[in-house]
Amino acid sequence: MNPALKNTLLFGLVAVLLIGTGFVQGWNSALFILNMGLVSAILALGVNLQWGFAGLFNIGVMGFVALGGLAAVLVGMPPVGEAWAAGGFQVFAGLGLGVATVVGVVFLRKKLTGRAKTLGTVAMLIIGFFVYRAVFDAGVAAVEAVNPALTGNLGGINFFGPHRDANDMLLPDYFILLAWPMGGLLAAGAAWIIGKTALGLRSDYLAIATLGIAEIIIAIMKNEDWLARGVKNVNGLPRPVPYEVTLQNDPGFIARAASFGMDPVTASTIYTKLCYSVLFATVLLILLWLAQKALNSPWGRMMRAIRDNEVAAQAMGKNVTARHLQIFILGSAICGIAGAMMTTLDGQLTPTSYQPLRFTFLIWVMVIVGGSGNNFGAVLGGMLIWWLWVQVEPLGLWLMNLLTSGMADGSALKEHMIESAAHMRLLTMGVVLLLVLRFSPRGLIPER
Amino acid sequence: MDYLNALVAFLNFVFVPGLAYGAQLAIGALGVTLIYGILRFSNFAHGDTMAFGTAMTIIGTNSLLALGITFGSLPTALLALPFGIGVTILLVLFTDWLVYKFYRDQKAKPVILVIVSMGVMFVMNGVVRFIIGVRDIRFADGERFLITAREFKEMTGLREGLAIKTTQAITVVVALIAMALLFWFLNKTRTGKSMRAFSDNEDLALLSGINPDWVVKVTWMIVAALATTAGVLYGLDKSFKAFTYFQLLLPIFAAAIVGGLGNPLGAIAGGFVIAFSEVTITYAWKKVLVYLLPESLEPDGLVQLMSTDYKFAVSFAILIIVLLFKPTGLFKGQSV
Repeated sequence: MNPALKNTLLFGLVAVLLIGTGFVQGWNSALFILNMGLVSAILALGVNLQWGFAGLFNIGVMGFVALGGLAAVLVGMPPVGEAWAAGGFQVFAGLGLGVATVVGVVFLRKKLTGRAKTLGTVAMLIIGFFVYRAVFDAGVAAVEAVNPALTGNLGGINFFGPHRDANDMLLPDYFILLAWPMGGLLAAGAAWIIGKTALGLRSDYLAIATLGIAEIIIAIMKNEDWLARGVKNVNGLPRPVPYEVTLQNDPGFIARAASFGMDPVTASTIYTKLCYSVLFATVLLILLWLAQKALNSPWGRMMRAIRDNEVAAQAMGKNVTARHLQIFILGSAICGIAGAMMTTLDGQLTPTSYQPLRFTFLIWVMVIVGGSGNNFGAVLGGMLIWWLWVQVEPLGLWLMNLLTSGMADGSALKEHMIESAAHMRLLTMGVVLLLVLRFSPRGLIPER
Repeated sequence: MDYLNALVAFLNFVFVPGLAYGAQLAIGALGVTLIYGILRFSNFAHGDTMAFGTAMTIIGTNSLLALGITFGSLPTALLALPFGIGVTILLVLFTDWLVYKFYRDQKAKPVILVIVSMGVMFVMNGVVRFIIGVRDIRFADGERFLITAREFKEMTGLREGLAIKTTQAITVVVALIAMALLFWFLNKTRTGKSMRAFSDNEDLALLSGINPDWVVKVTWMIVAALATTAGVLYGLDKSFKAFTYFQLLLPIFAAAIVGGLGNPLGAIAGGFVIAFSEVTITYAWKKVLVYLLPESLEPDGLVQLMSTDYKFAVSFAILIIVLLFKPTGLFKGQSV
């Protein structure tokens, strides 16, 4: 079979699966899977850029996704004026002092030599740390004391606040769209710092380093309440698409829904999800187009040359470290964009929901199954594996019911088996990954 | 100034917990480092191997308790440990035969093996959840304390108490036994020596007639035993939860790398370095400082350098610092 036909068939399969879901489980769940599938495809594109193009082993995807989510809060929420007045500037002064300490240490280490260098570094670090903590902690305490049940954080930069129409109904707020590029920028900034320290390391060390950084980012988001309320979560992020309630109260929309023979509630939920699908698909197509351009440009060829033989590429005068840093930042930025999109879709930021198995290792399964080094493969893997991830649970439950149908009702084994159907996901993902690695190591759509 | 009370407070809150945690990390890191030394890849499934071994031990413990067998004042889990180790050995040998052997024969790149171990991690994680669920399970029974804070205070008349949990004492003792056995095995037995030879120079070892299959099998068996022991000790000391064990991967890897990957001695040292730095940096020092400083200088705050939630950050920062200044770790490890 020629590759073009095979690829079309594979994407056709995804479409059939989604449409089948629509008929069996309803269009709402089908669109939910599609939306998250599109986001997953973008994440897979980002990881594919790092692993498929450059062979960088980044297993800190979760951290960049979470930073994207943070950006959604920092952009989308209105600022809490009272908190800023209470201690917002002091918090930033504290952070500034912290940065100044680090810069000071670097400067001292350049100027001094011998014992003075060691002593100076240690003294600077200790003094700097305590000054930073004194200023910063006081500011944080002041900010978090402001209305802790509702805010207790500094809020974001959405000065224009929620938009409402004449009937006090919520209108879409396009300002949150700015969070997507901001999420990318935030993730890129973090990637720059990480890359500067860790990219020189061997591949397994880089893996552990990124794994650790992701955990640290999540720990910061859970504990720094002044930033995004920590584990108290941020709810009610503005949405770039019409609100269901608003649509249900719009006579024009009700009439249009009726002309399709749908009731307004179902029609409004589907319409809202469709709007998200269009937005996400647009972003995915743009990024896919850019990634394809990059892959087939001299830059992409250079990247693959570096991946395949670093020494040879170095001999040709390519700056391997700089190129690695560049693609690490680009891939992480894409993950940040996807993270911001995901949080926008959810409408809330829940730091505890970031689990490495779901946000890092699942993305890796997508890339490997789809075909590392091929952008279309990454997109296919993202959509397909996400569909599987969602559907394994009902399928597992069905399977367990089938297996236990012969057993007596209320038997301990039967209950245990039906209960554990929920854990089928990880098992299935592992088996899929191992099977693909064994029998089709280049993935469904191999690199050309 | 009251040095004695300060010392007791320090021992009670920093040294004893740090020692127990360090011993758990050290045994975990030994497993990682052995796999790296012999099979030459970072095994991401290690945390889940630990979880599997612990789950098996818990099942063994429950069966023993159901039969009415206990271990007196010691936790029954220690009796069930050989059973847990046995099942885990079977599992890892089966996994090796089914999954890893294929890539070893192909001489696949280490990074491919790492990704394969990610797949194994998923499967093992699923299997553990399947068998025992995701709940928090406490399975320590017997005496809770070797010495309670109250008894210590009555005995010595000090204001601070020193409490030693039975599980902490057991952790240290078992860890010492495990390490002694491992080093005896590696240094004195023929198989142990061939393992070290294989780790140092694979080609040379093959040339001198060492059977690679046997070396790999023995390695997996030792790793399974170490992983199960580490997991059970951690679970006895704290509690068992599948997800926590997955998260232990980071400090364990940090310990192995800080010590020098592939170097068993380094893994032990790394375990204690990581554990003590985590505990010292996240401990609120006020309790110790009040005894040392004159009243006028007494600190207002808790003098906690970082909140306990940032303990990952500590293991990680140490990891980075060591890697930047000594890329092969504190003890010379392998660098491929």
